[in-house]
Amino acid sequence: MYKNICIVIFLVIIVLWLTNFFHKDEKYNLHLEKLKQEYALKSVPSVDHSKLPSLNKEFKTPQEVTAACISCHTERHKEIIESSHWNWERVAYIENRGISFVGKKNVLNNFCIGSSANEQACAKCHIGFGMSNNKFDFTNAKNVDCMVCHDNSNEYFKGSSLAGYPDRIVNLKKVAQSVGMPTKTNCGSCHFYSGGGNNVKHGDLEEALLSCDKSIDVHMAANNMDMSCTSCHTAENHVMKGRLYSVSSENINRAYCGDCHTNTPHFDDLLNHHTAKIACQTCHIPVYSKVNSTMMSWYWSEAGKLHDGKPYTEVDENGNPTYSSIRGKSEWEKNAIPDYIWFNGTANHYMLGDTIKSIPVAMNTLNGSFDDKYSKIIPVKISYGDQIYDPQTNMLIQPKLYAPQQGDSAYWKDFNWKLASKAGMDKVGLPFSGDYDFIETKMYWPINHMVSPKEQSVGCAECHTRDEGRLAKLTGFYMPGRDRIWYIDFFGNLVLIFSILGVLGHGIIRLINKS
Amino acid sequence: MVKKQVNIYKRFERFWHWTQASLIIFLAITGFEIHGSFELFGFEKAVSFHQKTSFALLGLIAFAIFWHITTGEWRQYIPTTHKLIDQIRYYLFGMFRGEKHPVEKTELSKLNPLQRLIYLGFKIVLIPIVVVSGLLYMFHKTIDINNIVVISKFDLEPIATLHTLGAYLLLAFLIIHVYMTTTGQTPLSNIKAMITGYEEIEQEEEQQQEKGNIS
Repeated sequence: MYKNICIVIFLVIIVLWLTNFFHKDEKYNLHLEKLKQEYALKSVPSVDHSKLPSLNKEFKTPQEVTAACISCHTERHKEIIESSHWNWERVAYIENRGISFVGKKNVLNNFCIGSSANEQACAKCHIGFGMSNNKFDFTNAKNVDCMVCHDNSNEYFKGSSLAGYPDRIVNLKKVAQSVGMPTKTNCGSCHFYSGGGNNVKHGDLEEALLSCDKSIDVHMAANNMDMSCTSCHTAENHVMKGRLYSVSSENINRAYCGDCHTNTPHFDDLLNHHTAKIACQTCHIPVYSKVNSTMMSWYWSEAGKLHDGKPYTEVDENGNPTYSSIRGKSEWEKNAIPDYIWFNGTANHYMLGDTIKSIPVAMNTLNGSFDDKYSKIIPVKISYGDQIYDPQTNMLIQPKLYAPQQGDSAYWKDFNWKLASKAGMDKVGLPFSGDYDFIETKMYWPINHMVSPKEQSVGCAECHTRDEGRLAKLTGFYMPGRDRIWYIDFFGNLVLIFSILGVLGHGIIRLINKS
Repeated sequence: MVKKQVNIYKRFERFWHWTQASLIIFLAITGFEIHGSFELFGFEKAVSFHQKTSFALLGLIAFAIFWHITTGEWRQYIPTTHKLIDQIRYYLFGMFRGEKHPVEKTELSKLNPLQRLIYLGFKIVLIPIVVVSGLLYMFHKTIDINNIVVISKFDLEPIATLHTLGAYLLLAFLIIHVYMTTTGQTPLSNIKAMITGYEEIEQEEEQQQEKGNIS
């Protein structure tokens, strides 16, 4: 009797344990539900700007609109003229460089190279009016463009090569009366089109995010949370949270997933341990450029070929320009798989006047390593290419690319690198020897957007696999499933082989002796 | 000398033995899959199974330690050099010549000197190495409630080294152990004893009496 009771109890325990062992329950994520509730409530503006008498008039210039804004928001322009959106630079401490002013004014990239000498065109993405050259007065608040960020009518847009002025057809009165919190359209009007077209530079920021489904971006999906950029990139006194290390340098004021989701968001502890060394994006953004292609490389050395003396463009089957006379050759990728690097939140950049130290030239250097306590693995897009440099001074050249017409030394009109280089380098006050060549470049773009639904996140075995895993290039640390300690395996296998041989030999001798 | 059926392995002992055997075999399968030696469940499932099974093994070990202490069975593992050489000689040569076991198995001393030494090593060296390195492996880089990463002062590599080494040695133990069970009176008598608990043991008269006195 006692024995039977024991057996029954034992069997019940075994069955319960086995059920628990094989059955994985979908756990209810209350924390996530609370977040959804929080972000489902969209704020209602407390002021209807169309009812304000000071905005109920025809504006002749956009500066008049700004003056009208300042007449009520009396101090906001002061915040703006301190901001990097306005100054195109910020003060940063950079290791081995010291305290520096870093930003679009002096940092080069391997797409359109740089804004200097091309302000007339590039200032389309400056939050001001009239930045046509490097003499722009950054202290004059009258030229602050409030509308480009705060227009909620979707009618405001900046004109092409108008130095940041709005297009002439924009109805300033209507725009002024419909201002509010920035929407995806506002931020996207610049951040989606950097590099001269949709999704060219970033790869994870593009116009498809204005209306996408969950599989493209769980946060911004129209049929999911429909969050705007400012939901995460919150602002305090017009200082936006979050930074991109194509121009940023310091590990401050970053926007983290963990700000909402905490650093231990999984029910599985083993997954939570990963967050000590791996950024959320690494697993949760399996691919980027999910809808439209992004440019992976740009070879300026190929630019300048003409058909019958005229520039031309070749496109691939997706409509991406693979060759254009003014830009050169480029390669595009859709559904690109990120590269992975260690990153601790600090970066260095190639700045105007730097001498070239390595080939390919590192347009930006993202610091970090496995040994660094503060480094995590992040996904990046690496853009390759070549661009013009001066072999005598060993400096990258800032060419003058844009001019409204021919005969102004602009490469995009005259196709003469020497003139363009001379004009550009003169503008930024750097020497140009008259000699030029092209040199390979490399630039890192951290991938932070287009977060996939959890079902689509990177699976364990995509990294924890012997060869060709996603992290195959990151070495110097032990990763289970990928790495082995060769002498342990050698010794272990030796022990096993000798055990088996010994046992077999012993058994055979026994059998022989028996018979 | 009398042959007698003796309950040599108690009920808990047998439960412990076979549960531990199946857990360790399952841990070896999932463990070597994680190691990348073969593919069976897939990495994710293998890790999850390995982790859950390891907790079951830890629970079992806790019970086993309690049982060994309270019953005094731990004394079975006190190492001795008495007849140790004889035992080794027996396995290496004597057995082939049909000699008798140099050490008689009794209820109070069911392990021969070689077994005592090997099992003691298994219990106080091998298992602790695998368990401790396994726990460090499992909790490496745990993030505590204050968002602080614990067990991060050293890399995973030395932990993995020890854990893998332990796993290979356990596997070697398993191979030899299973083979050695066939060296009983008949090839299956030892395994049968571990299942039923009873084994036919030659007992001398005085021992018989001694046992009678105790009971």
